[in-house]
Amino acid sequence: MIDAPASPALRPFEALGRWTIFLVESLGQFGGFLGQALGALLTPPFKLWPLLGRINYIGFRSLLIIILTGGFTGMVLGLQIFFTLSRFGSEAFLGPAVALSLIRELGPVLAALMVTGRAGSALTAELGIMRITEQIDALTVMALSPMRYLVAPSILAGLITFPMMTALFDVVGIFGGYLVGVELLGLSEGTYFGEMQTFVDMADIMTGFWKSVSFGIIVTWVCTYKGFHVAHGAEGVARATTQAVVLSSVLILVWDYFLGTILP
Amino acid sequence: MIKVEGLRKSFRGQQVLRGVDLEVPTGSITVIIGRSGGGKSVFLKHLIGLLRPDSGRLEVAGVDLSRLSGRALDEVRKRYGVVFQGGALFDSMTCRENVAFPLREKLRLPAPEIDKRVDMALERVGLAGIGAKYPEEVSGGMRKRVAMARALVTEPEIVFFDEPTTGLDPVLVNAIHRLIRELHRASRFTAVIVSHEIPEIFEIADRVGMLHEGRIVEIGPPEVIQNSKNPIVQQFIRGEPDPQA
Ligand SMILES: Nc1ncnc2c1ncn2[C@@H]1O[C@H](COP(=O)(O)OP(=O)(O)O)[C@@H](O)[C@H]1O
Ligand SMILES: [Mg+2]
Repeated sequence: MIDAPASPALRPFEALGRWTIFLVESLGQFGGFLGQALGALLTPPFKLWPLLGRINYIGFRSLLIIILTGGFTGMVLGLQIFFTLSRFGSEAFLGPAVALSLIRELGPVLAALMVTGRAGSALTAELGIMRITEQIDALTVMALSPMRYLVAPSILAGLITFPMMTALFDVVGIFGGYLVGVELLGLSEGTYFGEMQTFVDMADIMTGFWKSVSFGIIVTWVCTYKGFHVAHGAEGVARATTQAVVLSSVLILVWDYFLGTILP
Repeated sequence: MIKVEGLRKSFRGQQVLRGVDLEVPTGSITVIIGRSGGGKSVFLKHLIGLLRPDSGRLEVAGVDLSRLSGRALDEVRKRYGVVFQGGALFDSMTCRENVAFPLREKLRLPAPEIDKRVDMALERVGLAGIGAKYPEEVSGGMRKRVAMARALVTEPEIVFFDEPTTGLDPVLVNAIHRLIRELHRASRFTAVIVSHEIPEIFEIADRVGMLHEGRIVEIGPPEVIQNSKNPIVQQFIRGEPDPQA
């Protein structure tokens, strides 16, 4: 390719144009990657073992951190919301306030951020190492699709485990709020849970559900993509892992806001 | 037969292959030598369809590989066995599972048949009984032999070796070369070997080609290459310092 250098006045535009082309190409590649993974998911034969392995890797092994962070988030919420509500004399609404914050926002978002840190980074590093040690190439030359063996099971596992992790985070969080509100600050148990049943309805739960499902796809998509396209050795793996975590986290928050505006 | 004509490849402006021409006769052992970083691995990756040429022809058994993709490319690859530079064993599996993997996933053989073939393949590379270990638990030489067992267990027609002996001690180098020759005698596959082991590799080669600055500068039987008049080749096989470096 022979390009005449642009005149100095045009250089910023040239750079902008290049950057735009690069961005569009990357986005296309990023989207195509998910398309290929979904294609691999939908073509038989279906394999259960790799999927169970990934569910264990992404979901089961993140249980402890979900319980820990869920519990403390609920306790903090219990404490803070109790003091806020007590200024208006409406402590009775502690239960629904804690439950709604958890179910609609904090459960899906914090669970997703925690799993990104725990499993998403590991996913990127694992795939990145397989890339630089040519294990992905080895699969390819065996005429076996790496998409099908490595990427698709992870994305499906994300889809399945994220809602479950979020549900667990919510339940533990509500219990944490109970510990602080009822056991520590003296609210009655009946008030805490009774008001919750009055105010939390199915739409709230579905909002949380759809958020967690989409976070499951976003995190596994970004993390497998970054790992799959690692170049330049061990340093490249380190860089890709950082990028995967940062990009996943940012996308979780942006997408959370977006969904918040369109879901009831 | 593999036939390459005018193969060119650049990465972001860096010309790595500048018109490679090569013919690999069926059933022969062809060795590619050349400087480190000279594009030997890149060339091999074109032959196995992992990289696409910018231009040129890449013919394997009569079909142009550079025009194939997806299923059609996989069909060609089913005739291949590849031993990667670092072995590329799956580190989540034991050595035995690594060798069994292509039989199970690619050929979909029944379990008893897989067991039988894996035992045979491991025995042929002198590793009977090592199967239960993971790749990181065995030595570098063993890993290379496991990788060879995995590449050959499907009885491929064409086998590619990327530096099968790099990083091994001289005794092992000879052992691996002997092993390649024995395996070749037994199954008569077509072999393309990238190697640095000069002069040891000449003993097993039918033909040796030197890749230099993106082209095959000379190719012929080992005796001819060893007595080549081409100063670049002479200098390389004698291991003399490079005046350009
Ligand atoms: N995927 C790639 N992207 C960019 N450059 C590459 C890529 N693969 C190889 N190269 C470059 O091509 C050159 C030849 O590399 P290689 O084929 O690995 O050499 P060798 O002869 O030692 O096997 C090197 O300079 C390397 O940096
Ligand atoms: Mg190489």
